[in-house]
Amino acid sequence: MAGIKSYGTYVPLYRLSRAEIARAWGVAEMPGERAVANYDEDSLTMAVAAARDCLKGIDTESIEGLYFASTTSPYKEKQSAATIATVLGLPREAVTMDFSGSLRCGTNAIRAAIDAVNSGSAKSVLVCASDVRLGYPAGGDELAFGDGAAALLIGDTEIIVEVEGSYTLHDEIQDVWRSDRDLFVRSGEDRFIREKGYNRVVLEAVSAALREFKLSQKDFSKVAFYSPDSRQLSMVVRKLGFDSKTQVNDTLHSTVGNTGAAMTLMCLVAVMEEAQGGDRILLTSYGNGCDVFSLKVTDEIEKVGDRRGIKGHLASKRMLSSYNKYLRWRELIDVQPPQRPPIELRQPSPSAQWRETQKELRLCGTRCKKCGTPQYPPQRVCMTCRAKDEFEYYSFADKAAKVFSFSHDYVMATVDPPVTVTVVDFEGGGRIMCDMTDRDPEETKVDMPVEMTFRRLYYVGGIYNYWWKCRPIRC
Amino acid sequence: MESIKDKVAIVGMGCVKFGENWDKSLDDMIIDAAYEAYEDAGIGPDDIQAAWFGTVWAGETAQIMAAPLKLPYIPVTRVENACATGSEALRAACYAVAAGVCDVALALGAEKLKDTGFSGLPQTRPIATWSYRLTTQTPPAVFAMMATGYFAKYGLSYKEGKKLLAQIAVKNHHNGTLNPRAHFQREVTIEQVVNAPMIAYPLGLYDCCGVSDGAAAAIVTRADMAKSFRADPIYIKSLQICQGPREGFMNPNFDFAHVEETCRGGAAAYAEAGIRNPREEISTAEVHDCFTITELTIMEDLQFSPRGRVKDDIEAGTFNLDGKLPVNTDGGLKSFGHPIGASGLRMMYEVYKQLQGKAGPRQIKNPRLGLTHNQGGEPGAATVSVVIVGNDLG
Repeated sequence: MAGIKSYGTYVPLYRLSRAEIARAWGVAEMPGERAVANYDEDSLTMAVAAARDCLKGIDTESIEGLYFASTTSPYKEKQSAATIATVLGLPREAVTMDFSGSLRCGTNAIRAAIDAVNSGSAKSVLVCASDVRLGYPAGGDELAFGDGAAALLIGDTEIIVEVEGSYTLHDEIQDVWRSDRDLFVRSGEDRFIREKGYNRVVLEAVSAALREFKLSQKDFSKVAFYSPDSRQLSMVVRKLGFDSKTQVNDTLHSTVGNTGAAMTLMCLVAVMEEAQGGDRILLTSYGNGCDVFSLKVTDEIEKVGDRRGIKGHLASKRMLSSYNKYLRWRELIDVQPPQRPPIELRQPSPSAQWRETQKELRLCGTRCKKCGTPQYPPQRVCMTCRAKDEFEYYSFADKAAKVFSFSHDYVMATVDPPVTVTVVDFEGGGRIMCDMTDRDPEETKVDMPVEMTFRRLYYVGGIYNYWWKCRPIRC
Repeated sequence: MESIKDKVAIVGMGCVKFGENWDKSLDDMIIDAAYEAYEDAGIGPDDIQAAWFGTVWAGETAQIMAAPLKLPYIPVTRVENACATGSEALRAACYAVAAGVCDVALALGAEKLKDTGFSGLPQTRPIATWSYRLTTQTPPAVFAMMATGYFAKYGLSYKEGKKLLAQIAVKNHHNGTLNPRAHFQREVTIEQVVNAPMIAYPLGLYDCCGVSDGAAAAIVTRADMAKSFRADPIYIKSLQICQGPREGFMNPNFDFAHVEETCRGGAAAYAEAGIRNPREEISTAEVHDCFTITELTIMEDLQFSPRGRVKDDIEAGTFNLDGKLPVNTDGGLKSFGHPIGASGLRMMYEVYKQLQGKAGPRQIKNPRLGLTHNQGGEPGAATVSVVIVGNDLG
């Protein structure tokens, strides 16, 4: 029987207080804060980060599928799952799929992964859900939304959470949507979508699911429900007869925001972090229907290794200094162009990118088989002993590292000046020059420990150019 | 292996005023530099038997130079070797003369940087490495990492390091005030330099050279023919280029506090010229002060100061105009800016004038040997030229 083997999440370092957004627009203050993806992050890079959290200590060669769920995939045509699988170093024959279309796509992917494992077509499938959704400036969605990602490894051995039962229904309604011409999420009149959308459908689905599972409210230790906001969550759980004090874990709305396709999975991880063997969890998504799952926690949950999860990521944050910065990072305003060479000169070459894909997306250098020197980028002639074509590929992505030298570049055109450039030395050998992200220039020091993180360098000519940066160790 | 020493002489040089030459085209600067050199050598354009044109950004082939100068269907070649481009053009011309395949050759470097519409250096698409592996730093940032590296290695605080670097800027700007060809001819103070806006931490505005237009030219001939052109030719003692395998970007052993290519290129040049004690024997040096930190490390890499001890010499004024070993007497890149292809020959123009005793208010006493040094690329992956010349044979 399929179940969850491991979990991971990602919450960007930066948070914007809702009071700051309210101040910018001169509207009434709202409590809490929301997570904001850095300018070099998108749903794909955040999915990679959540997946790396989930796969700590797990052999990526053993994973036979990767499903990516998002309503904000960087490309409309080009599969993100294939990119993520490559970055993570999954086997060539791993099944990759992108799920999209509604906020329910995260649990659509889980359902498909469970089916794949139960049917025997894959032994384990990694599901990543991630979203960076845009609400209209000065609107309620902008306040309520947040950016984040979660990853669950589905398989049938060493299960930490069993899937006892599942139920689904679809529902046609124009309540929350974004057309192929829209940048911002649209929604219908708030009273209509609340009553006839989320409320009606979740009540119907969960009631039917409980009947089908032959379980009642008191059989569950916790519910993990998608919800647009805290108010609607507490209304729905109350109507369904759950105790909102003991059975609901509502940490995300006030700290991260509504993370779209990732929300249901992130809620589940928040619950799993607190769970013990024997606990039962009711998982429910929403988005043109509902997917409902009854989950049973096993004793194996104690064995899950060190995961940053929700708790770790919430403990590590930096407040965004202003709402302007949010507008700039999401490129929602035009600013005066820099007097620097045009970005078009840095148009990546698809053929060069293709040739380098395995090496560069995985941050693979080489290690000399003769003298053992790790080096990046891959070298056919060893820089130390000059042996030719005597090398093996060697990934630096997960190696411990520290800053050897750095500068803050105030001249380079960037969304978020200055560009912090670094020389990074790795434990075990090897040196890379790369940018540092998620940093405070004041705190950047020689010898500071850093870790590698997969980021978007820039976008030009329709191509998102991804590579790696270093960052101060999170958590 | 033979040495180039005393086989070739420079008998004429030209150099335009460097700066934001809005009213001059690349053609204008090429013509002005070449004709000053012709006049200085006492020759005409038809006396040139071969020519080398150094430019990084002006375009492909040397037609860019051959057309405005109306060169008469002779061998003309464009060379490029980053910031060492101008010196590379001189090296090619000298080698041709030394080989005996021509007797009079022209080396000219020129760059027009101020028509790009933006500040900083132009950018082209480097096809050879164009995949994902793109860091986004500018040249100031890479050199700034050498300042960070040097400060860390020798335990200098930010304040101490900034003040040390500032003294280099102050010196070179002072020298520039004595030079009508310099882009910047204004004194700066330590306080101004230290408090200037940050360009790439820890380098501020005055730690960085400007972006300028410029051109410079040299006429070279066989050493045994030199005196038929002029009474005071300047003889080539060594011509070295050194390029490393970009190791500093990959090898944790590289300390970002020196440039290996300058150490090795300098040592090769001293060997070729028969110099045993550079600090004592070199009379003056024009070195690649694209950033103040670059001049600082060059002083150690060229063995002018002991390793890690350049501070003592900077503070003692060793490299000032009236010091023991004046460096960048014309104001350096700090005062001239850096039109890439022209800089090597602009440096040689100053050394040539100094060795002839014609450097006016900047003239140093009794110079015998002068050195020019260019450093292209970046710390860790540099292309270095070192040229040594003297006013006597032997």
